Amino acid sequence: MLQPINVSMESLNLITLAPMLIAIAGGLIILVLDLINDKLHRSMYVMLTLLVLFVDFGAVLGLNVNERGFFDVMLIDGISIIAQLLIIIGSMIFTPLALTSKRFHEYSYPEFFAMFLFMVAGFQFMVTSDNLILIFVGIETASLALYTLIALHNRSNSYEAAVKYFTMGALAAAFYAMGSAALYALTGSVELYKIAEVMASRLGETSIMITIFGASMLLLVAFAFKLSLFPFHTWAPDVYEGASAPLAGYMSIVPKIAAIVVTIRIFGMYIDLGVEWVRVILLAVAVITMTFANIMALVQDDVKRMLAYSSISHAGFVVAALALSTTEGTTGIFLYYALFMFTNLGAFSMLWISRHKNRRFDKRYDHPYEKFAGFIKIMPVGAVIMAIFMLSLAGVPPFSLFWGKIYIMQAAVNSGYVWLAVVMGLNAAIAAYYYLKLIVYMFLMDPVKDVDTVYYNLSKPLMAVIGMATVVTIAAVFYVQPLVSYLYYMISASGY
Amino acid sequence: MDNMLSILVFFPAIAGLLGFVVNKESARAYGITVAAIEFILSIWLWFSFDTSNAGMQFVEMIPLIPDFGIGYYLGVDGISLFIIIMATLMTLIGMISMSITENIKNMIITLLFLEMTMVGVFVSLDAILFYVFWELSLVPMLYIIGAWGGPLRIYASVKFFLYTFMGSLIMLVGMLFVAYVYHNLTGVWSFAITDWYTLVLPVDYQLWLFAAFFVGFAIKVPMFPFHTWLPYAHGQAPTIGSVILAAVLLKMGTYGFVRFSLPMFPDASVLAITPIAIIAIIMIIYTAMVAYAQKDIKQVIAYSSVSHMGIIMLGIFAMNAEGIGGSVFQMLSHGIVSGALFMLVGMIYDRRHTKMMDEFGGLASVMPKYAVIFGIMLMASVGLPLTIGFVGEFLVLLGFYEISPIMTILAGTSIIIGAIYMLALYKKTFFGPVTNEANKVLKDLNATETWSLIPLVAIVIWLGVYPKPVLGPIDNSVKAMLAFMDEKAITVEAKDIIRTAKTKIIIEEVK
Repeated sequence: MLQPINVSMESLNLITLAPMLIAIAGGLIILVLDLINDKLHRSMYVMLTLLVLFVDFGAVLGLNVNERGFFDVMLIDGISIIAQLLIIIGSMIFTPLALTSKRFHEYSYPEFFAMFLFMVAGFQFMVTSDNLILIFVGIETASLALYTLIALHNRSNSYEAAVKYFTMGALAAAFYAMGSAALYALTGSVELYKIAEVMASRLGETSIMITIFGASMLLLVAFAFKLSLFPFHTWAPDVYEGASAPLAGYMSIVPKIAAIVVTIRIFGMYIDLGVEWVRVILLAVAVITMTFANIMALVQDDVKRMLAYSSISHAGFVVAALALSTTEGTTGIFLYYALFMFTNLGAFSMLWISRHKNRRFDKRYDHPYEKFAGFIKIMPVGAVIMAIFMLSLAGVPPFSLFWGKIYIMQAAVNSGYVWLAVVMGLNAAIAAYYYLKLIVYMFLMDPVKDVDTVYYNLSKPLMAVIGMATVVTIAAVFYVQPLVSYLYYMISASGY
Repeated sequence: MDNMLSILVFFPAIAGLLGFVVNKESARAYGITVAAIEFILSIWLWFSFDTSNAGMQFVEMIPLIPDFGIGYYLGVDGISLFIIIMATLMTLIGMISMSITENIKNMIITLLFLEMTMVGVFVSLDAILFYVFWELSLVPMLYIIGAWGGPLRIYASVKFFLYTFMGSLIMLVGMLFVAYVYHNLTGVWSFAITDWYTLVLPVDYQLWLFAAFFVGFAIKVPMFPFHTWLPYAHGQAPTIGSVILAAVLLKMGTYGFVRFSLPMFPDASVLAITPIAIIAIIMIIYTAMVAYAQKDIKQVIAYSSVSHMGIIMLGIFAMNAEGIGGSVFQMLSHGIVSGALFMLVGMIYDRRHTKMMDEFGGLASVMPKYAVIFGIMLMASVGLPLTIGFVGEFLVLLGFYEISPIMTILAGTSIIIGAIYMLALYKKTFFGPVTNEANKVLKDLNATETWSLIPLVAIVIWLGVYPKPVLGPIDNSVKAMLAFMDEKAITVEAKDIIRTAKTKIIIEEVK
């Protein structure tokens, strides 16, 4: 007869699950509210979502570093805490962007917000576990919700984007499943720390190395999809173009933070085990990604597509930092995303306020460069703010991303990769060209037409979000120090 | 006042921010007032400057990001003091003589921000802070060229931005590497230049780092063959843009060599003497010849400007007090003279809307005042004795004679070729009969124009006759730097070259 299983509540350490449960409960509450009264305004849902995220944020802050819980599948280390904080902050910036002055279809559905919260929970699961299965569950929860959110933007190319993203995502999930299966077959475990132990003892065997190579290639493909790395980046520009501007901005940050954390856990493990070719491959992929995406961004006619390619290039930059696999490099990743988040979401919000219901400037694109021609004459403050975001993205000091860039470049120099720092520098110079192109259009050209309607979609909440993003972008020099020391402390505490 | 430099840096920036509120019609007066106050502040800095002290003065240090070793670290010595004064002076005078009326408020605000970055570059003693101001200076200039420039303005401004931006990113990697080495040796992160001075680096490191910094500075100077952005920038920029560009922004490059490359990498600098001297001589002779071939007056001055920057480069790599001191002095004289020349070209352009030499002729009889001032500035540019241009050029050539007499003679031809193209320009434009009908009714300089140029003429003659008040502090700081370089150099060759230069000075002083 089977013995009844006894599990004490203390050993479950359920507090580790609290943040995700809060997000999920929040989503359920929104659904229930809709059931009771379906006439509620979107502003209520937005504020409710913000509140839930706020509580979620508090719950994450309350976690202790380096704890395990829930049958040891949850891993609360420094990385997971800062990644969760970044995910929640990113989501908090995103949510109020629903309050535009024009009514856009998707935000009138409470399901949008419920799904959004489920997605946040999914991302949180991804970053708080080193169990390959739970990571998979997190990826799928988050991705499925995200596909739907994209499709909710009621446009034919949004459907196209959602389906494209879904197909690619499904493929990536398959690769991930196969990769983890191979790892499991090799080591008999789905827990990364156990996998590392087993692999460390068998590194010398050639046959093992070949299987490890296969498994890591499969996983690399899966995460190259998620992080939009060359050559698996092709979905990104189309999906960003189809999604609404804020969601595109969101996608360029939060899902990538979640994916990069998992990548750090898996590939950081390989590099720490001394599997040097993983580092070589990652570096090669990173360098090709940033260079190639930069070159592609040069020839775009649409600002949103340009920003999509620029996000790909930034992802390459971050993966290069990952390949260094030093505490500084990893700190650099999070510092970079923390700074990138505000600047990039700010830039996408600027696109959002200039969004029209129908395309006035171009048949093909929502945000062609011509739309911003002479922006300085139409809306001087908006033009200056957008220019600051662009300069920050280009890495012009003293704006925020410059500090992220030099931190990562310094990390590269410190680990002996001076050439990598040079490549990063040259890439920043290439990138400057296309960011400058927008500035040139805004400041140096004359308006084309319909000048009065460029900032069509502006509203007070959007102004507040953009204003905050601007302040954070400009005043970076004053908070980089505490931010870096916090990140560094958390990351070194979790042993990366 | 201990925080004098902070005030000097941020006063124009705050004024620029407040300027957004100022009414369009009053923007110009506002800008001139602010620039005048800034200039008076910089003069005050000179008076409170201790000329016998060769080290850094008015030092301010606030750690900004201690974990990286980045601080808000300012200071001024004899080398940077006068460049700062020149920068504030040229901004003021450029603003007074400015003829732009379109979007004047944006222009004034941009200029004030530009002034902040210019002063900031010359007072920063922290590499990252220096880099911040260095890069920020590109943005206002991009806007000035791109918004008020000629027909090709967008191409010119973007080219200007990208060229300099790329160069400085390589320099940034160099800076990060120095910081890394410093951290390895001392265990402390620091970007303070004064800390970096104490580093004794192996020669191969020095060479690589010298190369990295060289890319950043050389593009800015601009050294042959990286000079191609400059004629475009000058050709398309409005007058005020050209004035600031030639007078101040180019000096950032040469200043960078003096502040970073020489004291930090003495051995590499000595090894680089010959290659740099060759480039400098190519620059001097080649661009002088190109200048002679130009039909556009502004292009002549633009190329002559590159040619003179070659002289400055040569002087810096003479590795002795005459050469470097002369170079720093030449930076000032070039700033004032080429700034004035660009202003003069701008004045004739405002009247005739052309800058082509063959459109003119016989202007001396129509515009006598203009012709006189143009003549004085032109002579100063050529390096006529008793003008400001002579002092610097003479000292540079004297200094470089120690290194290589032949190269000095080659460089000396610049005075001859310079005289040829400048006098040819003067002859074509000012002498002979008035052939073009349109020129017969040209008005001579008005009061604003005259009074914006007179101070420059006065300085040209004053410092040409009696350069000591300026040369003294420069010389002090340069000698201190050389003594320090000699101490720091590790190869015998470097020590020899720097030391022979020093004994020379001592002998002269004894005499």
